[in-house]
Amino acid sequence: MLFQIAWKNIWRNKTRSLLVMGSVAIGLWVGAFMMAYAFGMIDQRLQDAVKNEISHFQMHHPEFERDNEVKYFLQEGSQMLREIQADDRVQAATGRVVINGMVSSANSSTGGKFIGIMPESEDAVTGLKDKLTQGNYLDNETRNKVIIGEKLADKLKVRLRSKIVLTFQDSTGNILAGAFRIIGLYKTYNSLYDETNIFVRGADIGRLVNLPGEFHEIAALVHEPETLDTIVHELNTKYPQAKTEDWKEIAPEISLMIESFDQYMVIFLIIILLALSFGIINTMLMAVLERVREIGMLMAIGMNKIKLFVMISLETICLVIAAAPIGMLLGYFTVQYLGETGMDLSAVYDEGYAAYGFKSFIYPKLEDIYYIRITIMVIVTALLASIYPAITAIRLDPLKAIRKI
Amino acid sequence: MNDLSHVIVTENLTKIYDEGAIPVKAVNNVNLKVDQGEFTALVGPSGSGKTTLLNLIGGLDKPTSGNVWVDGKNLNTLKKNQLIDFRLHNIGFVFQAYNLIPVLTARENIEFVMLLQKASKKERSQRVLELLKEVGLEDKMNNRPDELSGGQQQRVAVARALASKPKFVLADEPTANLDSKTAANLLDIMGKLNHEEGITFIFSTHDQRVIDRAHRVVTLVDGAIYKDEITAAPSDHMKPV
Repeated sequence: MLFQIAWKNIWRNKTRSLLVMGSVAIGLWVGAFMMAYAFGMIDQRLQDAVKNEISHFQMHHPEFERDNEVKYFLQEGSQMLREIQADDRVQAATGRVVINGMVSSANSSTGGKFIGIMPESEDAVTGLKDKLTQGNYLDNETRNKVIIGEKLADKLKVRLRSKIVLTFQDSTGNILAGAFRIIGLYKTYNSLYDETNIFVRGADIGRLVNLPGEFHEIAALVHEPETLDTIVHELNTKYPQAKTEDWKEIAPEISLMIESFDQYMVIFLIIILLALSFGIINTMLMAVLERVREIGMLMAIGMNKIKLFVMISLETICLVIAAAPIGMLLGYFTVQYLGETGMDLSAVYDEGYAAYGFKSFIYPKLEDIYYIRITIMVIVTALLASIYPAITAIRLDPLKAIRKI
Repeated sequence: MNDLSHVIVTENLTKIYDEGAIPVKAVNNVNLKVDQGEFTALVGPSGSGKTTLLNLIGGLDKPTSGNVWVDGKNLNTLKKNQLIDFRLHNIGFVFQAYNLIPVLTARENIEFVMLLQKASKKERSQRVLELLKEVGLEDKMNNRPDELSGGQQQRVAVARALASKPKFVLADEPTANLDSKTAANLLDIMGKLNHEEGITFIFSTHDQRVIDRAHRVVTLVDGAIYKDEITAAPSDHMKPV
């Protein structure tokens, strides 16, 4: 009966109730969508970082990570690479020579990371060839060719077929310089990456630093990401001379971003719900204060405070719970639709997103658990928002309330 | 005083409102005994303390001094929640402005009190039908208050007051908003319930039509009983239980 009265009471002032329900529904719709949008963005960042930059796992000399010196190459790297490439669970693997140094053109110079690659296997791991916007990919024939990012080319004021000079230390600490001709320009979604990473043939740079056929880094993709932990563990056991790390260890900032994102989203949702709860409290308070006389009568004829509290609370809860599924469904279908079609924001945000390593084409996604979480949070909000109006109602003096005109 | 022979006993009942600059003695040392089956009118000019006395008897207000005994129970000893429960089971209220729940139908309004009493569904539907019949509104049972006339609403209010099978009904100016014909009709119904079922009614009223029908008229002046007269003999079963 209390539920029935509560439900009927909601519809005493249809416009007001519909407005509150509308704001709850829209709030949840936007909340669910924004979460999905952010999660989509993060997920793409992860996928892209794994695919384009860090791969599923990497192997280095144990000291290399701390101190990127040329001398810290992988012992028996070629043998390790062959064995890893032969593993059925591994989709692709490549070896790299990695050296930090200076890159100079006739106009400018800057710091850079010179990556000596095995062109074919590198393409299999990172798809570097597909990122070329001008020129050609590295091959095994011509020597001292380089591929740089468009962003770096702009910075150095060079273009295709320009010469640049790479300066770095060899394995014994001597400063070396080599002239390389740009044969290709690439562009990824991450402008910082484009500005830093310079690709040359591993054979060229390995020869310059007196490390022919050696690698500083092995990077690999696996077929099933679920097997990653096992593979990493096995490799660490099998090759104690190398340190094998998965993407979470290599790029802890991405891992942290994903893990902390849950919390950000909860905070974001709490802010939305807090704003909604003030609207709900205001509406319900108005509804109570409009019915002072009736509430007084109810208390006079014998409705106790607990029942009165429950009745007013139920009104608030009904108001929210009736609107919540609408908002959630709108959110769900919006996310499903845009998750399929994607959202192209390149016209508005291309440069801005690229600066942070994000694509401007977003596929919103939200796991089902979040819809459940949001629903629970909405119910809790409704319960909390119902307390103040209900307390206001039970504090009324029936005698004074009845007299009120 | 725990006199079970009377349904209501007030003992040196005084209520002083001390909210303004000058304290107002709304009820002044009232000693009143009401027996089962009485049809009593509290009369007097405005401000004479009729409604205040009714509120004190109904446990809606606390006296400054003195006691109210209802069926042997001193209302002063009851806490707020106990008082609400006591009202639910012992007292029926009819208000001047009907005060029905606007979102419920006539039937639901009557049934509501019984739901608060946790009466069974069978008991509820049986009693509601009986009461609707008593007040002549069987055909309006599914109408909401805004679909009923003032008189019909007040009849629903009377039925609601009786739904809990109270020891007595307190009616505060029940005919004040009704035209003569409707008021007469309502008084007929209440008179019949009093006469046939022995239900005790206490009215506060200015209305001569009510006063004319009362068996006992208690006149208040300045909060004190000025006159207490029996104007008609109650029927046999209206004698004290």
